[in-house]
Amino acid sequence: MSALGRQRWLGPAMFLPAILYVAALIGVPFALAFLYSVGDVKVASVGYHFVGLENFRSVLQSPAFRTALRNSFVFTVSSQVLVLIGATILALALKDAFRGRGFIRFLILLPWVAPVSIGSIGWKWILDSLYSVINWVLIRFHLANEFSPPMWLGEPKLAMLSVVLVHTWHMLPFATVIILAGWTALPKDIPEAAAVDGAGFFRRLFQIEIPMMRPIMNVAVLFGVIFTFTDMTVVYILTRGGPYDTTQVLPALAFFTGVLGSDLAEGAAISIFVVPLLVVVAWLMLRTAHRAEVT
Amino acid sequence: MAALSKSSRRILGGIVHWIVLVVFAVVLAFPFYWMFITSFKRTSDLYNLKNNPFIFNERPTLEHLKLLFNETLFLRWLGNTAFAGLCVVTITLLLAVPAAYALTRLTGRWGQRVGIGIFLTYLVPPTLLFIPLSRIVATLGLQDSLWSIILVYPSFTIPFSTWLLMGFFKSIPRELEDAAMVDGLSRFQAFLKLVIPISLSGILTVVIFTFTLVTQEFVYALTFISSAAHETVGLGVPVFLVRGDVYYWGSLMAACLIASLPIAVLYNLFLDRFIAGFTVGSVK
Repeated sequence: MSALGRQRWLGPAMFLPAILYVAALIGVPFALAFLYSVGDVKVASVGYHFVGLENFRSVLQSPAFRTALRNSFVFTVSSQVLVLIGATILALALKDAFRGRGFIRFLILLPWVAPVSIGSIGWKWILDSLYSVINWVLIRFHLANEFSPPMWLGEPKLAMLSVVLVHTWHMLPFATVIILAGWTALPKDIPEAAAVDGAGFFRRLFQIEIPMMRPIMNVAVLFGVIFTFTDMTVVYILTRGGPYDTTQVLPALAFFTGVLGSDLAEGAAISIFVVPLLVVVAWLMLRTAHRAEVT
Repeated sequence: MAALSKSSRRILGGIVHWIVLVVFAVVLAFPFYWMFITSFKRTSDLYNLKNNPFIFNERPTLEHLKLLFNETLFLRWLGNTAFAGLCVVTITLLLAVPAAYALTRLTGRWGQRVGIGIFLTYLVPPTLLFIPLSRIVATLGLQDSLWSIILVYPSFTIPFSTWLLMGFFKSIPRELEDAAMVDGLSRFQAFLKLVIPISLSGILTVVIFTFTLVTQEFVYALTFISSAAHETVGLGVPVFLVRGDVYYWGSLMAACLIASLPIAVLYNLFLDRFIAGFTVGSVK
């Protein structure tokens, strides 16, 4: 075989195994998820019958689903707003070198780098109904009643708040380091010129630096939205969707229905509802990448 | 503000700076302090509401650690995690390293496009795929086995690793390989003998990254594996260290601390390279 012929053959031989692996374990189940959602598959069933949009109809009629859909949006939007604000402030505080920065960065990163299931179980203990340390502090300062302290995971509103805050806690470091990476890459001359011209700290921040940081903040938000909207770990560990499904989110509901409840078809139909969001995010991400390629 | 002199303004700025840092660091790291102090507290101290919970009111103890190592499957879970991690790392390297090289060097312009396409599959969440995958895993006879996750995890470690490695390979000057090929090496030999050795730091990043993902993954492990003996540490600790409704908080927190700290340290060392993978394209 000629050298050129061998080279033409070498490329595909090197990348096809990876592509086939990913296609088999992401592409195939992705297609199957759609197929299941319009069929009647149960765990033990053998055949497959097309049932059209039947599963979606029954899903849309279920109050549990509607709560979960609403919660998913509340969960995603509120935690991402908090993450973006917190991460911007924190990145601002971390961007210049100072003594002890490495250690502070390590502490700040812990929530992201430790397994999220394990971080969540830590919070479950902090928010315990009897021995919550937060309640101990609140009672000490007479901010809570000793005999009926807040049940962080037992009252619907507080449970939702807890789930949002724990997820924010987990995602904040990730957004911080991404924004930090953007800040370090920012050309220094424009803000400096503005400073010479007399623009103050906040003016420079809001009128120059943050607008220049938009692309990188987009990246942080896009990943954050995906990782939040499609995650069920925090909810599963802290509340299992309770009390009374008030903190249920779409992925967790899909898990309880499709995996634990053995109704594959309905579970698949529920999880399909994350697809529109995925498509939008993927499109926005490609646009960001494309723009960076062009400029 | 205008009345403040420049130096007092700088001092004020410094104070605000440290307040921000300390508040964030305390809030973000508090659960880990809490794991630590809970792990070594005597049970009588732990469950006495009169005691100040932030400090040791009685002498610290190792009883929770003893319980964890002697009477639970914790060591087994650590072993399972290490084994699964090793297998997933091997599969990932075998597939992602050549793929990344081929897509940067051998496929021209559309290699980059395919690369972005592969990367985008990283966005497809486990919670969309777990239902069909649970059936695929069952069909293959892998349900409730560690092999189920060894099979499935590379589906998300390969895309990200390929993407990360493409960035590395792009930074290697083409002339190096051309020179080696003039000296008589074939393209593939040049890849093996030249490119891989100089990309070791990139490959190491992929190893660390893959390994941490294996320890962090929760949803697939929860879906595929049902018996305690086959769990990884990320699942075994939060799900199986609870007996009935009773939480053994001391041992549980000790397990959390032991399972998360080494990973955190490793990850921290490689973080910058890892983040570069997410920001390629939007930071120049």
